[in-house]
Amino acid sequence: MSLVQSVSRRNFIVGSGATVAGLSLGFHVPFLASASAQEAGANLPPEINAWVVVKPDGTIVVRIARSEMGQGTLTGLAQLVVEELEGDWSKVTTEYPPPGENLKRDRVWGSYSTGGSRGIRDSHDYVRKGGAAARHMLVAAAAEQWGVPAGDCAAANSVITHGPSGRTLRFGEVAEAAGRQTPPAEVTLKDPKDWKIAGKPLPRLDTVEKLTGKQVYGADLKLPGMLNAAIKACPVFGGTLVSFDAAAIEKMPGVKKVVKVDERSVAVVADTWWRAKAALDALPIAWDEGPNKNLSSADISAMLAEGLEAQEAFIGNSQGDAKAELARVQAAGGKVITATYAFPYQNHATMEPMNATARWTEDRCEVWVPTQNGEASLAAAAEAAGLPVGQCEVYKIHLGGGFGRRGNFQDYVRQSVSIAKQMPGIPVKLLWTREEDMLHGAYHPTTQAKLTGALDADGNLTALHLRISGQSILAAVRPQGMQGGMDPVVFQGLTASLPEGHLAYTVPNLLIDHAMRNPPVPPGFWRGVNLNQNAIYVECFIDELAHAAGTEPLAFRRKLMANHPKHLAVLEAAANGIGWDTPPAPGRHRGLGQIMGFGSYVAAAAEVSVEKGALKIHRIVAATDPGHVVNPAQVERQVEGSFVYGLSACLYGECTLAGGRMEQENFDTYEVLRMAEMPDVETIMLPSGGFWGGVGEPTIAVAAPAVLNALFAATGKRYRTMPLKNHELA
Amino acid sequence: MVQLTVNGQTHDIEAEPDMPLLWVLREQIGLTGTKFGCGIALCGACTVHIDGVATRSCVMPLSAIGAEQKIVTIEGLSPDGSHPVQKAWLALDVPQCGYCQTGMIMAVASLLETNPTPSDDDIDAEITNICRCGTYNRVRAAIHMAADGKAG
Repeated sequence: MSLVQSVSRRNFIVGSGATVAGLSLGFHVPFLASASAQEAGANLPPEINAWVVVKPDGTIVVRIARSEMGQGTLTGLAQLVVEELEGDWSKVTTEYPPPGENLKRDRVWGSYSTGGSRGIRDSHDYVRKGGAAARHMLVAAAAEQWGVPAGDCAAANSVITHGPSGRTLRFGEVAEAAGRQTPPAEVTLKDPKDWKIAGKPLPRLDTVEKLTGKQVYGADLKLPGMLNAAIKACPVFGGTLVSFDAAAIEKMPGVKKVVKVDERSVAVVADTWWRAKAALDALPIAWDEGPNKNLSSADISAMLAEGLEAQEAFIGNSQGDAKAELARVQAAGGKVITATYAFPYQNHATMEPMNATARWTEDRCEVWVPTQNGEASLAAAAEAAGLPVGQCEVYKIHLGGGFGRRGNFQDYVRQSVSIAKQMPGIPVKLLWTREEDMLHGAYHPTTQAKLTGALDADGNLTALHLRISGQSILAAVRPQGMQGGMDPVVFQGLTASLPEGHLAYTVPNLLIDHAMRNPPVPPGFWRGVNLNQNAIYVECFIDELAHAAGTEPLAFRRKLMANHPKHLAVLEAAANGIGWDTPPAPGRHRGLGQIMGFGSYVAAAAEVSVEKGALKIHRIVAATDPGHVVNPAQVERQVEGSFVYGLSACLYGECTLAGGRMEQENFDTYEVLRMAEMPDVETIMLPSGGFWGGVGEPTIAVAAPAVLNALFAATGKRYRTMPLKNHELA
Repeated sequence: MVQLTVNGQTHDIEAEPDMPLLWVLREQIGLTGTKFGCGIALCGACTVHIDGVATRSCVMPLSAIGAEQKIVTIEGLSPDGSHPVQKAWLALDVPQCGYCQTGMIMAVASLLETNPTPSDDDIDAEITNICRCGTYNRVRAAIHMAADGKAG
């Protein structure tokens, strides 16, 4: 089969009402278009339940509420549904139900939020139940048609068979009747050991379009009569828009309108985006740079450094009395080790810059947007539109990368609606430049850490204090998640016992605390979130302690990990994989790292060399225990990709401030990892069952510590301030 | 008005001479498979072929292109997605989000025209497109697979 023929198997809900349906690049529009088509008397396939539609020809449409941004959740969730459905996988396609439809149906699809590596781990139960319920209804409909007990019938591979007579009916033949059956009150889910579709390395459902240019991203959307907008917000954080001289550019080619978008932004609307951007570049704009116009990275660094020594801090994990023990060992002339680390701001830098397309009228607002959270987009659209949410709708489009930027932060949706509101009835696509994207991020927060540890005469770690100083994401983004002023997310991977992620090491006297210092720079959830720097702090310092104790790093860790066998299992798997017990080739050096986060246990071992100041990462072995593996090929891809993201940050990633604004505006100054630097990655999966952990994020956190510890083995030096590009390596 | 030859078809283009080819393709001709990533030729998402040579179209002004030059975009790489590079990409399920992949495929297709069996060092030197999802290892494997298919 040619690639193009199979393209028709894919459906995506992107269109809207009568004016757009059928015109937007061949997109399928099930809900609103279905309604209008039903009025016209068309015979449309009815749904069996919210999750499953079976067409007369047997095509299975699985509805997916979470967003596909490359992580493969569309395929993974469909595997779980179709496993329980007993459907024929070759007939499966997927669609996104619009979030407004979710609200109308009492949130039948649950959460739309696609972040925190939660796509599968938070919804596996109800999507599998959805598939199982649909199977019950299909079987019941067939049994009813035959006049036999449903208990005598079974489904497999989209066919229902009546055991005693051997009669069969295909799903497509009973789908309509199945939709009228009463859903079962309870369903029993399969034991994962019996899975035939889930748990298998099936190819993705969304690859073909991505090879031919047919996959439509938000930036590619074209609606009839659509105009295009380019935007500039005040580049200084906290600054505002004072004025602009629209007359100066009104006559430039294609320009339709110059609009004030909000207190800090101005946009040019033109027939094409290039013309909008060209005119915007020529637009005279006056900014009020506001209170932060002199803010620099040095100021922020000093602010955080003060927090490292501050008396007051929020406690995230405490055992015994670390401060007293450290003071006692210090006074007694014992071995006390101290080190300070720092992690800078990062930009998500999705390959597709932020964008959204909106159409506003007095009684309706629609937005087409690549979003990690359709419901958050809908709420932002309604607020910006000044309309009840019931009069708004959001149509989700595949994302050209998300990494956390397109979840909580719906700034581009608000902007697009504000622009569309000033041009009623006309769809307007807002697309950011890369520069706008770099200057107006939701940045990975910056923190510093001071670690102090005490070793007894036998090299045992008797006390450890980890003081984190720096920015809270929740304080800025989700204050309702704060606990008595504390941001619990700061302690990702460092808590005593949370199933989301807890510390592997048992230390008799332990204190992990946080001095919150919030610079006026907008922070956000950046793939891996706080686990990224926390893993560097703990895993590099444990390596330092091992060195100080004169113990090799795996043995040193093993002693502290007796109470945490799952952490240890992945660490040992990674170490074995790299050949830890045998010496590396001459000139090669190894390092380890492990952490728990997003409900999963992860570890990495790296092998590096340093020649003439140049670091080469030859090989990585990664191990992960996410409880269950729904698609091993996807897990492998996510683990490999995690090293690109994590090593990009470790080697290059840093957004610095001067004059109250970010200095990096494009990939010339915000470098990222490319092919030539990509190490071989070997992925070991150790699903131990009994829990569901995430996959998209946790491994990112072990990329840097494994490499940094190998770099120490190579150079004898510790590099404690990221990124490495700022250091001479020797 | 100027003429452009894209995917074997001639198009009459009414646009400013400084408009980059990327935007002529996307907004004047309607071929959106070629992507906007950075606008300064650093990420490669906008890669097309001009007379067979991989070119980052976001900085190539319309005025620099003659009607006789043959432009090929991802939509014209093969009639049905059957180019050896596309087939290798499908076999290894290379893309994640996919946004950079059309540019990556165009860069690789051009490389294989001039160097049918590239070494890893050749690939490192020639394929500098950015992928943030992190598909690089599968891209490399797919390049070798496409090269082998071509050789066979």
